[in-house]
Amino acid sequence: MSGQSQRLNVVPTVTMLGIMKARLVGATRGHALLKKKSDALTVKFRLILKQIVSTKESMGEIMKTSSFSLTEAKYVAGENIKHVVLENVQTANLKVRSRQENVAGVKLPKFEYFTEGETKNDLTGLARGGQQVQQCRAAYVKAIEVLVELASLQTSFLTLDEAIKTTNRRVNALENVVKPKLENTISYIKGELDELEREDFFRLKKIQGFKKREIERKLAEAKLLAEDQFSLKKGVSMNSARNLLSAGREKDEDIIF
Amino acid sequence: MANRAQIPTSNSALIAMIADEDTVVGFLLAGVGNVDLRRKTNYLIVDSKTTVKQIEDAFKEFMTREDIAVVLISQYVANMIRFLVDSYNKPVPAILEIPSKDHPYDPAHDSILSRVKYLFSAESVASGRR
Repeated sequence: MSGQSQRLNVVPTVTMLGIMKARLVGATRGHALLKKKSDALTVKFRLILKQIVSTKESMGEIMKTSSFSLTEAKYVAGENIKHVVLENVQTANLKVRSRQENVAGVKLPKFEYFTEGETKNDLTGLARGGQQVQQCRAAYVKAIEVLVELASLQTSFLTLDEAIKTTNRRVNALENVVKPKLENTISYIKGELDELEREDFFRLKKIQGFKKREIERKLAEAKLLAEDQFSLKKGVSMNSARNLLSAGREKDEDIIF
Repeated sequence: MANRAQIPTSNSALIAMIADEDTVVGFLLAGVGNVDLRRKTNYLIVDSKTTVKQIEDAFKEFMTREDIAVVLISQYVANMIRFLVDSYNKPVPAILEIPSKDHPYDPAHDSILSRVKYLFSAESVASGRR
């Protein structure tokens, strides 16, 4: 990956530093919240899973009982009930209704079945075996109940799976991409600001040094000038007085031998 | 968010069936069968003469129909179109695998439980440790 923890390209100013800090706080809070959401969803997921496993087993049992009662009915009422039933199909009486349930912010579907209209009983089992047919019908209706519940568990399961994957993706993105980027940007800005401050400080110190030297130089000049002025008042300058003395010493040696 | 509002809240939706004759007759007896004006039914009886193509077509049709919320499919039929069943990942309609008279319920092949298998490999029913 090209520079896994890069930083954002910003102008390193104090305002940007404030903005980045605010964003980092937002990202941290969002990360904590999403983690909580993911944990809640996972708990619900495990619960649903357990329910699914147990319901599937009971469904196996119920289907066995219902097919057994169907065989009984066929035995008693004769093989022809198949055709009679197939002929009788018109509109469904057992239907499902779907609602939405909200779990930790995720909308899960829930099915419930309901009967609408009257079951068409007309010709089935009129000849013989009517009671068996009724029993068979009741057994199958119970099977449908269990199956509808299983269907709603299954859809919630799939939806939760998707939701958990998305949430975890977001959590990981925040944790591994967004936050490091922001942190790097903040340290970069701080570094730049520090360097600017140091430059400023250095410049200031240098200028102070110059100014000090200027002042000292001017002071020395002024002192020199002041001394010259002083000696001129007495009639002879210090320099020329010295010259006289040294010149005089040389001439004296010729005369005294 | 991108995946909101994909679950239709309907007031009455049908239960479709793709199974062998006895199972379908039983459910029809209970009253889930529906034949609409165009003679389209919500069930498909699978016997030894049904081709895989017919089953596939019926399955795809049930999936795309808006008024079907649950699809019951026998497990051995599901094994015939396993790739279709596994590649399907919309929550609605829900696909339920039911056992049939000759083929008792086998959790190792159920598409939902097998997806769970590699999530919880130690404790899953579908790991076949029976």
